[in-house]
Parts: sequence; structure tokens; C-alpha cells
Amino acid sequence: MLESQDLQAIRALIAKAKRWDAFFGVLGILSLMVGVLTFSALFVDMAIQGIPRLDGNFFINFPSRRAENAGILSAWVGTVLVMFVTALAAVPLGVAAGVYLEEYAPKNWMTDIIEINITNLAGVPSIVYGLLALGLFVYQFGFGQSILSAGLTLALLILPVVIVATRESIRAIPQMIREGSYACGATNWQTVRDHILPYSSAGILTGIIIGMARAIGETAPIITIGALTFIAFLPNAPFAGDPPAGLFDWLFSPFTVMPIQMFNWTSRPEAAFQVNAAAAGFVLVLMTLLMNGAAIWLRYHLRKNIKW
Amino acid sequence: MSNATTINMDADPKLAIKAECRNFNFHYGDFQALKGINMPVYDKKITSLIGPSGCGKSTLLRSFNRMHDLYPGNRYGGEIVMHPDNTNLLAKEVDPIEVRMRISMVFQKPNPFPKSVFENVAYSLRVRGINNKSELEDRVQHSLKGAALWDEVKNRLNDLGANLSGGQQQRLCIARALASDPEIILFDEPTSALDPIATASIEELVVELCEKVTILIVTHNMQQAARISDFTAYMYLGELIEYGVTDQVFIKPKNKQTEDYITGRFG
Repeated sequence: MLESQDLQAIRALIAKAKRWDAFFGVLGILSLMVGVLTFSALFVDMAIQGIPRLDGNFFINFPSRRAENAGILSAWVGTVLVMFVTALAAVPLGVAAGVYLEEYAPKNWMTDIIEINITNLAGVPSIVYGLLALGLFVYQFGFGQSILSAGLTLALLILPVVIVATRESIRAIPQMIREGSYACGATNWQTVRDHILPYSSAGILTGIIIGMARAIGETAPIITIGALTFIAFLPNAPFAGDPPAGLFDWLFSPFTVMPIQMFNWTSRPEAAFQVNAAAAGFVLVLMTLLMNGAAIWLRYHLRKNIKW
Repeated sequence: MSNATTINMDADPKLAIKAECRNFNFHYGDFQALKGINMPVYDKKITSLIGPSGCGKSTLLRSFNRMHDLYPGNRYGGEIVMHPDNTNLLAKEVDPIEVRMRISMVFQKPNPFPKSVFENVAYSLRVRGINNKSELEDRVQHSLKGAALWDEVKNRLNDLGANLSGGQQQRLCIARALASDPEIILFDEPTSALDPIATASIEELVVELCEKVTILIVTHNMQQAARISDFTAYMYLGELIEYGVTDQVFIKPKNKQTEDYITGRFG
């Protein structure tokens, strides 16, 4: 039985421990707020500055020397096309590499070295990818300062993200599902095609979109390979141009992208261009948020039918 | 202990051997999990494997369909011979996929694929290249009837397998194992995740199935082995201690160790 004095001591002890409890709670909220409030402030400031500028013409005008006439047509078209190339290159390569590492690769030192390298690749500064791409795609392969070069560069940049996301969602599939498939007499490939890929597609798609959301804002490697900062024409539509040519001419067209257009405008002295930069930034953040939103929505809907 | 593995049974002309372990050894890396197993598996009979945890009974079961090939560092020694074609299932030149097409398996925990009831059963057929809709429908229905599940799921063939109850899920897995007309079905403690009512229905089903297919079942539940199996093998520490007709093993075990385990004094 407890003496009343012991009880007092226990209560004091609990009260003291709980003060630390409360202290950490407050510290945690403050830490969270630093991030959230800073981002919100930036975003709201940008929105207040930029939204009045967002009329229809802003989206269908080329950049101009006069701030009030300037628009982001070449930038958003460039961004969309570059992202398209990036996805086309990064998704099959990344998913195939991830599936290979999880379902095919023998567990030996070679595989370990490859795994470590992939993890490290994710941490390589993006400008380094830009330098590599300048030498390899622009000069060696002769793709020039084109949408193709930019798309492939960003694809390299997000490849580790796609591989890691693929592997993680494949690992989440219980081993008993694999064994069930093999026990039916399925081959490695049949198991991958009929089970592994369908059941991990939600996670893989999420990873792809998060990678793309990173790529969409990348500036350094794109500048390195020579994106233009002022461009007043669009890449040729398929079978158009002068002389009329093939389906994929646009791949070799010069281009600019949203972050470079922003960078160009912020470096101008006139205040009106700063407003343009804010408006373009608002559009870029919105594009990113939309992509992340799509990732959440896809994950929710694809996982509805996956129960172990 | 060498005499424990010799088989002494009254000759029964109706008994045919479907498969046979001959001096079978198994290693997980450096650890020898099974030592010199000699055991017949009789055609269209139920053989149960019993023994305390870690005795190697699941390891033995999973050798029959080469599940160990999925993981690195596993080694087989000796032979598991399948009759009447006399194929050594463990031979290097025998593809494990061929083995799994002849010998199907039902696992400890029901593991339906996150697909519809229909597709779960159809999968065994699809890997065999059967994609004809009416043939699939016929054979899926036939398998679901064989697994005593048809009446419960005939109106929900497009439901997810995971939405069935635990016992129904296990019968779905049995239907999946049946669909391909296997020669042997392996059951790895198929009722250990189920309640007594679902367990009873699975046991009843297993007994019915043995009219058409050879069954090898691992069980922790000795009453279950006694109730359903024709032959029983008692294993301990990777060795086959006693093998015989179930009644003999349970009523008059030849080996003291078997008797201790069966009567609950050990294990």
C-alpha cells in the first residue's frame, strides 16, 4: 500500500514529466509553422501580386519587351512538351529497372552496388545532370539545345525517384501473393505482369507524379543545356513548318520552360516584369499542386480494389 | 532410427504409389533441415505430416512443388519421384514450373489475389494458356463446385476474393488449386487461420477431394490428422520418425517418441 507521501511524489513526478510533454508539443507546432507559414506567405504574396495579371492573354501571348503585352505561351507549351518527353523516357526505364531489381536480380554484391548507386544518384545536384546532358545529348548525340535534350535530362534526374517508388510499392505486396502465383505455375514474367504491376501501380504512379512535380520546377540543368530565355515562336506542330516535315520535328525545336521564363522576368529592373514573374510563379505552383493532387486521387482510387 | 523409416504395411493391391521421397535431404544454406527422408505418397489417399514446430514438415511439403527454388541458398539432395512417369521432381532438367503445373498448393493463410472470385480461379487456367471465355466459365464453375463454394458465390463472381469470409477465401484457394486438374494437392496447415466451423467444412472437402486427387497435408492439429488422413508421417528435427497407416500410428505407434508426441507428453 502506498503512503500518502509516496503518492505526492508520484504526482510531482508525473507533473514534471508532463511539462516536457507539453514543451515538445509546442516545439513541434512551432517547427511545423515555420515551414507551413513561410510557404503560405510566399504563395499568398505571389498570388496577390500575380492573380490580377492572369487574364486569357497572359496564356496566349509570347514574351515581349513590353511587360503588359508579355505572356507565357512559349513557356507553358515548352514545359508541357518537355514533361511529356520526360515521362515517356523515365516511366518505362524506371519501372523496368525497379521491377528487375525487386523480382529478377540475384541477391549478390553486384546488385548491392547497383542499389547503392541508385540511392546516391537521387542525391546528385541537378546541375551535374545538366553538364552530363550538355556533353552527351546536346553534342555527342547531336540532339542540340532541344526539347528532346531537356526531356531526357529531366528523365535522368527523376529516374532514381521512379525506381525507388517502384521498388517500395512492389515490396509492399505480401510474399504470399507471389507464392500463390508461382504455385499456380506462373513464370516470373507472368507473376510480374498479372500481379506485381497491377497491385503496385498506385504506388508507382504516385512516385512518377512526385518525380514529375520535381522535374517541372527544375531550372539549372535546363539552363545548362541551353534553353532560350526569350523565344517568340512555338515548336512546329506535327507535319507543319516550312518546309512541312515529319511527326517529331518539335522534339528538336529550341524551347523555354516556366521556371526559366520566371527567372528571366525577375532579372529585369522594371516593376511590371516582377508582376509577370509572380503570375508565372503562381501558375507553376498551381501546376505542381495539381500534379500532387492527381497523385493522391489516383492512389486512393487504385487502392480501393487492392485488399490482401 | 533407420528402421523407423522402413515401411511395413499389409500389401493392398489397390494402393498405387503416386510419389516417393528417396533419401531426400534439404539444406537452407548450411543448415540441414531434412535428413534422409524415405516415404511413399499413395495415389488418391490423404497423407498427413505431423510433428512439432521446426520439425521440417512444411519444408518437406514445399519441396514437392519446388517452392524453395524461389529463394536463394536452398539445396535439395536425393530424389522425389513422381509416378507413373518416374520423373524426379528435383532434377535440374525438370523445370519447377512444370512441377507446379502438376502439383498445386493451398497455403496456411488464405491468399486470394486482389482480383474477382472468377479471376482467382481462372488464373490457374490462364497461366496454362486457356483464355477462351466459355471454357474458362465452365471450368471455373466446375472447380468452385468441387470446392463446395459455387452455391455461395455464384451470384458474386465479380466480387473481390478478399470480400469473402475466411473459410470461403480458403475454399476459393482450393478451387484455384483444383482448376488445373492437378495430380497432387499440397495443403500447408490449411485450417490454422480458420474458426472451427470453417475448419470442419475444409476437412470435409479435403476428404471428398481425395476421390479424385492425391493429397499431402501438413497439420498441427493431431485430431485433424487422425480424422481425415489415410497415412500419417511423424517428423522430428528433420527426420521421418514414423510412417504408417493413420490408425496404426495413432493407436499403436511403433516408436516411443511418436507415442509421446501423439499423447501430448511432448511437443
